[in-house]
Amino acid sequence: MTLAEVCELVGAEVLAGEELLGRRVDKGCGADLLSDVLSVTEEGFLLITGMVTPQAVRVADVMNACAVLVVRGKRPPPKVVDYAREAGIPLLATEKGMFETCGILYGHGLRPTEFRHLSDYAG
Amino acid sequence: MPAEPSILLRRVFPVPPDAIEEAGKASTEVRRLLRGMGAEPEVVRRAGIVCFEGEMNIALYTKGGRIVLVVREDRVELLFSDRGPGIADIDLVKQPGYSTAPDWARELGFGAGMGIPNMEKNSDEFHIFSRVGQGTVIRATIYRRRDDLGRSGKEA
Repeated sequence: MTLAEVCELVGAEVLAGEELLGRRVDKGCGADLLSDVLSVTEEGFLLITGMVTPQAVRVADVMNACAVLVVRGKRPPPKVVDYAREAGIPLLATEKGMFETCGILYGHGLRPTEFRHLSDYAG
Repeated sequence: MPAEPSILLRRVFPVPPDAIEEAGKASTEVRRLLRGMGAEPEVVRRAGIVCFEGEMNIALYTKGGRIVLVVREDRVELLFSDRGPGIADIDLVKQPGYSTAPDWARELGFGAGMGIPNMEKNSDEFHIFSRVGQGTVIRATIYRRRDDLGRSGKEA
């Protein structure tokens, strides 16, 4: 699906990256723990998070994520929005909570990313 | 022993202590530089993660330090060094889930005890040297070609 479709499905407002809504996205990662996001082993995913700190966008940047979708009606501060705009990372915000947001997007075909499981760290 | 392949690029990134808002800038710059040099996407991805985890560690836990990026024909090296406090038990910090993170770091979404294990998993060679009271040095190497992996005897 495209980011524009993501916005429509979860009623998200576009805070940054309006010009990039044509981007296609197939996979998503829902996490507030940024350490979990850093265990994802592929790029181009939609980061769905309740975090609105600069680090949320920074991690999306480092992981080459497709966009950041903030849940539960939170609004990142202006400097975070500016950073997302400068980094070319669309920043979206929905009133819906994490569970519902992930459920809707999964139901419309968004799939989970591959990630490193805890057992992969053994030995 | 054959000479090491010549250095194509070397950059130093200072990492100040407690500058959490800034932390991660070096990693995005490392990604940008590697992409600009035409490095393989998988190498860029892994180097970005290793650099970010290392950068966050320096910013969150130390009195400041620096990251040195060295790109050679066959590998990317990231050297992290800081001015302390040092790590008393290196085996312990390599264990997934072990963390000394303060609450404020956890509130930012970090401190799950996965930083060093994740750095190690995304590197082909990974070494930590530390002295309590003095500081820590981490050397992470990512080979650019899969056939160079044989040298380290370790799978990515």
